[in-house]
Amino acid sequence: MTLTRRFAIGLGIAASLMGSTAMAQDNVRIALVAKSLGNGFFEAAARGAEEAAGELGNTEIIYTGPTSTTAEGQIEVINSLIAQRVDAIAISANDPDAVVPALQKAMQRGITVISWDSGVAPEGREMHLAPSSDELIGQTIIKLAADQLPEGGKVAVLSATSTSTNQNTWIEEMNKVMDQYPDIEVVATVYGDDLADKSYREAQGLMQSYPDLDAIIAPTSVGIVAAAQAVQDEGKVGEVNVTGLGLPSEMAGAIESGASKSFAIWNPVDLGYTTAMIAHALATDEATAEPGAEISTGRMGSVTLDDSNSAAMSEPFTYDASNIDEFKGIF
Amino acid sequence: MSLAEDTRTRSLPDRLNGPGTRILKSWELLLFGIAVLIFVANTQASPYFLDPWNLSDATFNFTEKAMIGFAMALLIISGEIDLSVAGIIALASTAMGWALQFGVGTPGLIAIGLAVGLLCGAFNGVLVTRLGLPSIVVTIGTMSLFRGISYIVLGDQAFNGYPDSFAWLGRGYVFWVISFELTLFALFAVIYGVVLHKTNFGRHVYTIGNNPMAARFSGIRVERVKMILFLLTGLMSGIAAICLTARLGSTRPSIAYAWELEVVTMVVLGGVSILGGSGSILGVVIAALVMGMVTFGLGLLNVPGIVMSIFIGGLLIGVIAIPRLVTKLRRA
Repeated sequence: MTLTRRFAIGLGIAASLMGSTAMAQDNVRIALVAKSLGNGFFEAAARGAEEAAGELGNTEIIYTGPTSTTAEGQIEVINSLIAQRVDAIAISANDPDAVVPALQKAMQRGITVISWDSGVAPEGREMHLAPSSDELIGQTIIKLAADQLPEGGKVAVLSATSTSTNQNTWIEEMNKVMDQYPDIEVVATVYGDDLADKSYREAQGLMQSYPDLDAIIAPTSVGIVAAAQAVQDEGKVGEVNVTGLGLPSEMAGAIESGASKSFAIWNPVDLGYTTAMIAHALATDEATAEPGAEISTGRMGSVTLDDSNSAAMSEPFTYDASNIDEFKGIF
Repeated sequence: MSLAEDTRTRSLPDRLNGPGTRILKSWELLLFGIAVLIFVANTQASPYFLDPWNLSDATFNFTEKAMIGFAMALLIISGEIDLSVAGIIALASTAMGWALQFGVGTPGLIAIGLAVGLLCGAFNGVLVTRLGLPSIVVTIGTMSLFRGISYIVLGDQAFNGYPDSFAWLGRGYVFWVISFELTLFALFAVIYGVVLHKTNFGRHVYTIGNNPMAARFSGIRVERVKMILFLLTGLMSGIAAICLTARLGSTRPSIAYAWELEVVTMVVLGGVSILGGSGSILGVVIAALVMGMVTFGLGLLNVPGIVMSIFIGGLLIGVIAIPRLVTKLRRA
């Protein structure tokens, strides 16, 4: 093989590198960095961000991320975004600390940096957008149960472990608003340790101990699926309603069978939409990230920053028979 | 004639002398040509590519992997392989993070990182050279073993809070845009290049890779050379662990996940025969630059990572297939 032919092969390989060249530069370019690509949750968030870009106009969403959920991969992505001088980086971090140096470099070079979904340590971002807050989750899980019980009734909580910080906080927040539901009685709180079989047995136990139980609230995606299965197996569909926090893909069967009337979890489309709205507002200096600031987020209303520059988007989104089919393929 | 043919194919294909020189030289030339083309393509494709600081940032994509790659090249040339290098990084990083909890300072952390690397290398080396186990099996085992220990220690937690003087090792700059890591990379390239191509030890490595039996009869202490190579690979993984941990500023058990394959890819792309016996450090250096530029260049175009993997995979198969095709065409 001659030298020229060898180079011709090389040229062929290199030619595949020549993609489209840079886009129009006057657009506001917002990079939405996922934990990893190929994950339905983040794909849905990217769709929400595109929706926001469409409403805002002159906005380009760069949806990117590493192939596996590593901090090193995200740093490579951040470096290439810094090099492209994007206007804003919105990241769901694989490691809250490891991405900080790279993000600080981005901020030094004038790029707006926010974290969403999975946060970054405060020194590495201007603000963080959490999908929801402990308070809102606590209020939502009891409301979901109460909405199906206009006459009042008995409910039990099936949690993860007795030491799970998240679940304990949510149950505490739920108890704070119990006086709004005078006819609802929480008869027991049991722990399934986030194990499918233990959660299943605990749910069975609840139905045996309290034959007139009306609802099981499981603020954990493992517990809620196990409880729904137990209700189905005990033939108590229609008598005991299972609700709480779950994933649409795992709960589609329970909604279909009627074991669960509704459940909640954050909506990734709304989250991506809100993230893009905030990133745009900060990048164009329409808003400033400081404690107490209120940032308008289009159809989602607005968010208010707390003392650590974090904000909660909204109460968890409710999934029921009317929308489960749309979301079960997403996450 | 048949004897001459034999000598030709069986000769030690060190590129410095012997009849294999021409083929290997053109290999590196081919790779260099690809590197230049990718560089030119990148400058055309993105207006942000030719910026000293951007290029400097991009070097972090390969410096740590390439440092391991140099030692790995010697190991593969000798006919062995170490797939546990990423596991060693995880374990060394975990050990450093653990020591940090007891207030160990930067010199201590470096010592621990190097020591853990050496110990892991020694463990692999003993299993392979003393027990005579195949290195691919041993290191597939230790790959999970080393990382497994990190998972047991850390679970879903992380060690962080490394001091600034330690962070400098991964983020610091020696001069203008030349980072400390890039300096180390260049330094090790020279050291390993000299060791492999200019010393008796390097000749021994080639000889063992070509024919371990002949090497033994020639008076080369085959097991000892292999043991040294495993120790070196462990040590380089320890150094990479120090740099990477310093750069990230935190240790998680998933650190450097799946790097072993990227390191081996880099070495093989650099023209080191996976069957042992031939290869050069220059090839590995160019391969590191090619992989770094491809990753960064495609990143600038926001090409998803999976497409980069496909590209690197295609490149790898391409450069392995070309010499075979050349041989076939010549015979035909």
